[in-house]
Formats: sequence, C-alpha cells, structure tokens
Amino acid sequence: MVVRSRISGSPPRTYSMADLVFKNITRFFAFLVLLLMAAIIVSLFIGALPAIRKFGFGFIGNAAWNPVTNVFGGLVPIVGTLVTSAIALLIGVPVSFGIAMFLTEMCPARLRRVLGTTIELLAGIPSIIYGMWGLFVFAPVFSQHAEPWIDSHLGRLPLIGPLFSGPPIGIGVLTAGLILSIMVIPFIAAVMRDVFEVVPPLLKESAYGLGATTWEVVRYIVLPYAKVGVVGGIMLGLGRAIGETMAVTFVIGNSHRLHSSLLLPGNSIASTLANEFTEAVGRIYTSSLIELGLFLFIITFIVLALAKLLLIRLSRLEGHRS
Amino acid sequence: MRTTDFISVQSRRRSVNFLSQAAATFTVCFGLFWLGWILLTLLQYGLPGMSLKLFTELTPPPGSPGGLINAIAGTFFMVMLATLIGTPIGILAGTYMAEYGQTGWLSPVTGFVNDILLSAPSIVLGLFVYEIYVVSVGHFSGIAGSFALGLLVIPVVVRTTENMLRMVPNRLREAAAALGTPQWKMITMITLKASRAGIITGVLLAVARISGETAPLLFTSLNNMFWSNLNQPTANLPMMIFDYAMSPYKDWHHLAWAGALLITLAVLGLNILARSFFKQKPLGR
Repeated sequence: MVVRSRISGSPPRTYSMADLVFKNITRFFAFLVLLLMAAIIVSLFIGALPAIRKFGFGFIGNAAWNPVTNVFGGLVPIVGTLVTSAIALLIGVPVSFGIAMFLTEMCPARLRRVLGTTIELLAGIPSIIYGMWGLFVFAPVFSQHAEPWIDSHLGRLPLIGPLFSGPPIGIGVLTAGLILSIMVIPFIAAVMRDVFEVVPPLLKESAYGLGATTWEVVRYIVLPYAKVGVVGGIMLGLGRAIGETMAVTFVIGNSHRLHSSLLLPGNSIASTLANEFTEAVGRIYTSSLIELGLFLFIITFIVLALAKLLLIRLSRLEGHRS
Repeated sequence: MRTTDFISVQSRRRSVNFLSQAAATFTVCFGLFWLGWILLTLLQYGLPGMSLKLFTELTPPPGSPGGLINAIAGTFFMVMLATLIGTPIGILAGTYMAEYGQTGWLSPVTGFVNDILLSAPSIVLGLFVYEIYVVSVGHFSGIAGSFALGLLVIPVVVRTTENMLRMVPNRLREAAAALGTPQWKMITMITLKASRAGIITGVLLAVARISGETAPLLFTSLNNMFWSNLNQPTANLPMMIFDYAMSPYKDWHHLAWAGALLITLAVLGLNILARSFFKQKPLGR
C-alpha cells in the first residue's frame, strides 16, 4: 500500500520546475529557427526598400544595369538564373534517373554501397572547386572541341539555331548550365535512389514474377509509385542550382547584356551579387543588389517548399499503402 | 501469325530493356567520368604546390614565394567558432522537435522551415549577416564570417538531431519514466546519449559543408593577406582560392590549386570520417 501511494504521488516540485525550464529552453531554440527565416526575409526586404521604392515592379522586366546613371533592372540576372538552372535540370534529371535505376535495380549488392557513397561524395566537393575546374580546364576544352561543332551544327537549325550560334569563347551561359548539371546530379540521384528504395519489394517481385523486364518494373511499378518523390527530388536539385554561386561566377562571364545565344556570357543573380556587392557604391546600387538577393531567396523558398510538400505527400502515401 | 506476333513483342521488350539498361549504365559512367576528371585535375595542378612552405609561410604578393598558413588558420578558427555557435542551437531545437513536438504547431512548422534553410542559397545568408551585423559594426570581420557559417550549421544539426532522437526506441523513454526520472534528465542522460554517435556525425557533416563554403564569406569575413584577429577581415582558404584563381598571376594560380586540393581533401576526409563514425557506433538499439 505504501509503495503504491508513492508511485501515484506527484514527483517532487524541483523536478517539474527543472522540466519546465528545460522544455522552454528547447522550445525557445526551435522558435529561434523560425525567427531566423523571418529575420532573413525582413532584413532583405528592408535593405531592398530604396530600390523597390525607386523602380517598383519595373525592376523585374528591366534589362538595364547602369551604375553610372543609377538605373538598375533585374531582368538579365533573373533570366540567367532561370536558364542555367533549366539547362542543369535538362541534363541532370535523366542522368540522375539512370543512376538511381542502376543503383536500385541493376547493381550488384557489393558495388551498390561503394557507388552510392561515391555519388554522395561528389555532392560534398566544394562548389569553388567546380568553378575553378570549369574555368581553367573545362572551358578551354569546351571552346576548342565542342563549341565550334555546336555553332556549325546546332546553330544552323531553324527555331533553336540562334540559341546555339556564337563565337567559341568557352565561358557563357551554356558552360555554366553544364557545370551546374554536374553539380546537381548527386543531389537528385541520391533523392531518387532513396525514393526508389521506398517502393515495397513485394510489388517489384510480383512484377518480376510475372515476367516483367527490369525496364518495365522501373517504368510501370517503381516510377508511378515514387512519382511524387521523384518530382520532390528534382525540385530539391532545382533549389540547389538556382542558388549556386561560386561555380557559376567563375564561368558565366558576368555580362549584363541579354543575348539570344547560350554561347555568350550572361549573369545570374548569385554571380551578380558575388561580383558586385562589395564594390557597389551608393545606396540605390547596393539596394538593387539586395533586392536581387531577396528575389533569389523567394524563388528558392517557393521551389524548396514545393519539394518539401511533395516529399511529405510521398511519405504519407507510403504510410497508407504499407 | 500469332506466334510471330508474340516473338516480335518479346524481342521488342527485350531490346527496350537492353537499351534502357545500357543507358542507365552509361549515366553512371557519365557521373563518374566528371568526378574522376575533377579529382585528377586537382591532383595534377595541386600536388606540385604541396610543400612544407604551404603550412609555414604567409600568402605572398605576386611574384614571390609563399604559403597559405594565414588562410588555413583563418578557416580553422572561423569554422570552429561557427560550429560552436551553430551546434548548441541546432541540438536544442532538434531536441524540442523530437521530444516535445508530438503536439502543437511549432515542431512541424520549424521542421519545414529548417529543411528550406538547409538548401537555401548560402550567398543570401552572407547578405543577411552583412545587413544585420557588418553594417552595424561598420567593418568586415572573421566573426561575421563565423556567424554566416554558423547559420549553415544550424539546419544540418537540427535535422540530424531530430532524426536520431526519433530513432531512439520508446521503450527507453518508458523505462526511464517508470523509474520516476524527470523528463529533462531522461532526455539529456538517456535519449541524447543514445543518439550521440548520430549527432556527432551530423556535426562533422556540417563542418565538412562549411569548410569549403565561399559564398557566405564574400560579404562577411572578406579576405586578408596577413595575420589578423577575428574582429578584422580574416584570411580564409575559400576566399583565397577565389581571389588567387581570378588573378592574372601564374604563381597565385599555383597556390590556388594547392589550396583547392587541400580543402577538397579536408572536406572529403571529414565526410568519410563522419560516415565511419556513424557505422562504428550504431544507435543504442
């Protein structure tokens, strides 16, 4: 009887006080993370206010970038960011899909871990290394061997011809996009592999048992099941590509002109910031750059939020089916 | 007729399968090809620059010999300070999300925002620190750089702490509760202890990530050709590589390649260390 009353009695007061303190400390820091996000957006907005006041919505559509006359527009960097990211995805997504398919369905078990780790290591290489390699090694090779061919073959095609015609200088929007694609492959491939592994073995084995080929299993079983996660992974890679700074800064050429050709230099939001921010003089110039940073943050926020929502939906789906 | 149809369907399926498998194998080779090329380039240009001088002499003006010691030291101290700032915040926030976050809105919302911060462009974090710290202090400094890097550490540590704590079996919590352990003691002495290896892995991965980051340092720590304390613009490897690589001088390029090899080895080494640490000590299951 004595024992039972002790167990059911409330714990000593000091315990619950300490509990309360500990809980609220951890809660404070969880809240701090939220606050951080809000602070980033607010501080960028305040920094961008002079430029927003001066240029209004016209900032997005204006291709001018003139520190002398103090007229700034974000069109060239915004277009550059979107185009380089699009090139990165165009190449990165099919390659990542192939890698994920190889790792989950074709690869011998022993090789799987090694290859998986290697690809994850590729994601760990600092972006400045990609940039240096791009500028000193890849760009000369590309300008000597690939760009003349692109200019004389793809450049002659109707419709898409203007995109691919131009002098072989090695640095430009296309080079930046290609290097970005190499950088996003490990991110997308890792996510795709993870979501492919979520597919219940029972489903795949049933299909194999009915005589389906590896391709048919991937195409008709794995892909429909993991569809949402695959899109989430692609968005994650897109988020990386949009915000990538150093690799792009080295090879994009940093020109504030809008060109129709991908072979000519351009600019992205991140590379504009990297090149000009510390040298910017005057309130409007600095503020315009901060406004670009704000755009960059908002675009990646939307892309990453979509990615996250899709991946959450996949994990819910998984919970329902299994 | 039907048999020939059947055979043609079969051979089509087989060839489609063969083609797709060949394509998948090709993509793997494609990925490895770039990795191999980049690593080979690093070795080719970086190895000749590897010498004791790199670790003993200051960064030189163009045309004279020198090393990278101030940049190496600057990176070391800034990364250390950033880890010291980011780790406790990350662990405490992650603890709240895993241990107290079953109910209420704060945990899911923080998790969502944290994952966005995890992939947010690092240059924007540099811009943020510039706006709230550098502008108010009035000068660039290593401390500002550490703040920017610390902001990159937080989401990585939050994510791993939360995941690791969630993997601790509830039996442990119930056993502790049955003994009358107060919750704070249960969390600090039992669940956090059980997930120690995983959290250390997370911290190591975060360190690996920030040691090579250049973008957040562009507007915060800047660079310095000499020794400095952390309250001044501080030399660091990534910025030094950037400045030297963009310069027109050949001997600066050589130093940049040596620095690039150094930092890649450090980052890959940390990554491998983190993985092996996690493998050695699986969670307290």
